[in-house]
Amino acid sequence: MNGADAIVRCLELEGVEILFGYQGAAIAPFYRALGESGHIRPVLVRTESSAAHCASGYARIREKVGVCVVTSGPGATNLITGIATAYADSIPLVCFTGQVQSDMIGSDVFQEADITGAVESFVKYSYLVRDAADLPRICKEAFYIAASGRKGPVLIDVPSDVLEQEVRRFNYPEAVNMRTYKPTVEGNMVQIKKVVGELAKASRPIICVGGGVHLADAVPQIRAFVRDNQVPVVSTMMGIGVMPSEDPMYFGMVGNNGRVYANRALNESDLLLMVGARVADRAVNRPDLITEGKVLIHIDVDPAEIGKNVGPTIPLVGDIRHIFEKINAYETEADLIHARKDWIATLTSYRERMTDRIPAIDEMQYTDPRRFIRRLSELLPEDAIYVADVGQNQIWSCTHYIVRNGRFLTSGGMGTMGYSIPAAIGAKMAAPDRTVIAVMGDGAFQMSMMELATMRQAGVPVKLVVMKNGTLGMVREYQHYHYHDVFDMVELKGDPALSKIAEAYDMPFYHIETGDQIDACLPLFLEKEESALLQVDVDPNDLAKF
Amino acid sequence: MKKVFQLLVDNTSGALSRISGLFSRRGYNIESITAGVTADPRYTRITIVASGDDEILEQIEKQVAKLVDVRDIHELKPEESVYRELAMIKVRAGAEKRQGIILVTNTFRGNIIDVTPESLIIEITGAQSKIDAFLRMLDGYEILELARTGIAGLGRGVDQVIYL
Repeated sequence: MNGADAIVRCLELEGVEILFGYQGAAIAPFYRALGESGHIRPVLVRTESSAAHCASGYARIREKVGVCVVTSGPGATNLITGIATAYADSIPLVCFTGQVQSDMIGSDVFQEADITGAVESFVKYSYLVRDAADLPRICKEAFYIAASGRKGPVLIDVPSDVLEQEVRRFNYPEAVNMRTYKPTVEGNMVQIKKVVGELAKASRPIICVGGGVHLADAVPQIRAFVRDNQVPVVSTMMGIGVMPSEDPMYFGMVGNNGRVYANRALNESDLLLMVGARVADRAVNRPDLITEGKVLIHIDVDPAEIGKNVGPTIPLVGDIRHIFEKINAYETEADLIHARKDWIATLTSYRERMTDRIPAIDEMQYTDPRRFIRRLSELLPEDAIYVADVGQNQIWSCTHYIVRNGRFLTSGGMGTMGYSIPAAIGAKMAAPDRTVIAVMGDGAFQMSMMELATMRQAGVPVKLVVMKNGTLGMVREYQHYHYHDVFDMVELKGDPALSKIAEAYDMPFYHIETGDQIDACLPLFLEKEESALLQVDVDPNDLAKF
Repeated sequence: MKKVFQLLVDNTSGALSRISGLFSRRGYNIESITAGVTADPRYTRITIVASGDDEILEQIEKQVAKLVDVRDIHELKPEESVYRELAMIKVRAGAEKRQGIILVTNTFRGNIIDVTPESLIIEITGAQSKIDAFLRMLDGYEILELARTGIAGLGRGVDQVIYL
C-alpha cells in the first residue's frame, strides 16, 4: 500500500461515494489507486473550480462532506474560487491537491504553487503532508473539521512522492483526538432558559433564519418551533426553503433585495431571534437600527459570528438542531399564543398590501422573468432542487421561486458567477430521483458552459434555464442607478447561439421569446428525464430591485 | 485601547503564520508578537499585544480562538499579570560619554553587554513603560541600533494555569 492507496482507503472508510476532480501528473498516482479500487466514482469536470462547486452542490443535498481532487500548480489555483465560495457559505468540503515532490518544494519547479499558503484565508484548515504515515490521521481530522462546528472547506496538499511512499501499517483512527479543536455543540442550558424566558414575554416576536439552519439539518425543528409558538418567520437568502414559501407564517426574504414587508416585520418586532444567520451587509444594511428597542437573541454555532455585526442581548452558541430540540421541549402558554394573533394579522396585512411594484414588461416583446419563475415553480415537482446563479436571475429567483419541500441553492456569500451548472450537477448526483434545475443569466452560463460536457460524460440530466438579455444585467442595473445609464463593460455582444451550443452537446433546446410562449413551452422542457437547455429572452432594461 | 493576549497553540509549522495572517487579513492591529516553545514541546506560547476598540478586541479573541491550532486564548489583564520585554540598544559612546551612559544604565538595572572604543550595547529588561522611560533618558545620546523583543507575559498565581 502506498500513500495514494491509503487516501483511497480513508475515503472509502469515510463513506465517500462520488468525488469530483481533474487529472494531472502530480495527482496521477491517486487516480491510479482510485481506479484500482473501483469503489468510488470519480467525475471528471472541465475546469477545476467546477470540481469544488460540484462538490458543494453534492454536499448541500447529500448532507455529507463533498470531496474534490485536483493536480498541483494551475489545477490547485483554479480550485481557489470554488473553495472560497464554499467557505463563504460554510459548505463542508475536503479538497486534495497534488503537489510537486517534497524535496522540490520551494524551488519554483514546473506546476508548483504554494496552495496551502494561497488558500489560507478561505479554508477552515489545511495540511501539507510530509509523511504518508500521517495520512490516516490527517484524513480523519480533515473530515471531522470540515463537518463539525461551523462547517467549511479543508485542504490537503500531497506531494507526489508522498502519494508513492510505502505505507507499512494502515490504521484508520476510530475517533479524532485533537487537543486544540473542540467546537461547541450543545447549547448552554442557562442561556437556553434565558431565551425561553424572553420568548414568554414577547408579543411581537420574529425569527430570522439563515443558511445555518440547513447546515445543521434543523428544518423540522424550526418548523415545529414556529408552529407551536406562533412565531412568524423571515429568512436571509441562504435561509430560503427553511419554511415553504407559501406558508402563512413565512414573511419573505429580508435585506436590500428582499421584500418590503419582511424588512418591516423585522423592524416592528419586539424580539428578534437570529438563527444561523450572519447579519451580513446584504441582509441587514444597518444592524444598529434593527436592534433598537428590542431583544435580540443570536443563535449560531460560530461564537465569532455573534456580536461581529450586531451586539445581541442573549448570545447562544451551539448546534441549532440541539438547541431547538431543547427549546421545543418547553411548553408555550395558550394566552401568549393568543396574544400573538394580532401581530400575525398585522404582518399578514403588510404582506397583502405591500406587493411588488412590477415594471411594465411588454410581454409581446420579452418574457417577464417573475411570471416565468412563478410558473416554473408551479410545474416543478414539490421536492425539486432549484439552483440560482448570480445576477438579476438570482434576485428574481429569490423573490419569486416558490419553494415547497425542495431546496433552493445559490452562492450567497461570495456571489460566484457560474456556480449554478456545476452545483446542479453535484446536487443531481446526490439525489438522482429529484428534478434539478439551474437558472442563470447569459453571463454566468458562459462562465460554466464547458460543464455541459461533464453532464454528458457523467450522464447527469440537469435542466438549464438561461435568461438571455445580452448584458451583465445586475451590473447594468447598478449603472442605471449609480452612473445615470452609462453602461461600461456590460454588453455581451459575442454571445454564441445557444441553440447551437445545445446541439453541440446533443441536448434538446427550447426557446421562450415572449411571455405568451411560457405556457406552451415550459411543460415540454420539463417533461422528460433528460438534460435540456431553455433560453428565455428577458428585457435588458428590466430591473431586479424594486 | 490596548490588550495583551496570551495564547497556547499547537507547535506546528504553520501555526504562527496562520495567526499573524489572520491579523493582516482582517485588518487588526498587532503591536507586538512573541512566541516560544513551552515546557511541553507540543505547544508554543504566544504573547500578542493588539490595539483597537472594544468590538475589535473582542473579535480578535473570538477569531483567534476559532483557529484550529489554537488551544487557548485569554487576556492578560494588567492587574493580574506580569509583562516583560527585553531591549538591546547600541549607543555611540566615546570615552567622554561612556560614564554617563553607564550611570543611567545602572540606575535602570540594565547591563552593558558589549563595549568598543566608540560604542556600547545595553541590555535592559522590564515592562514596556520602563524601557520607554530608559530610552527617554538616552535622549542626548546617539542610538545606532535598537532591537526590542516585544513583551512576553504570564498571569499571576495558579488560577488560570492550563495543565497540559
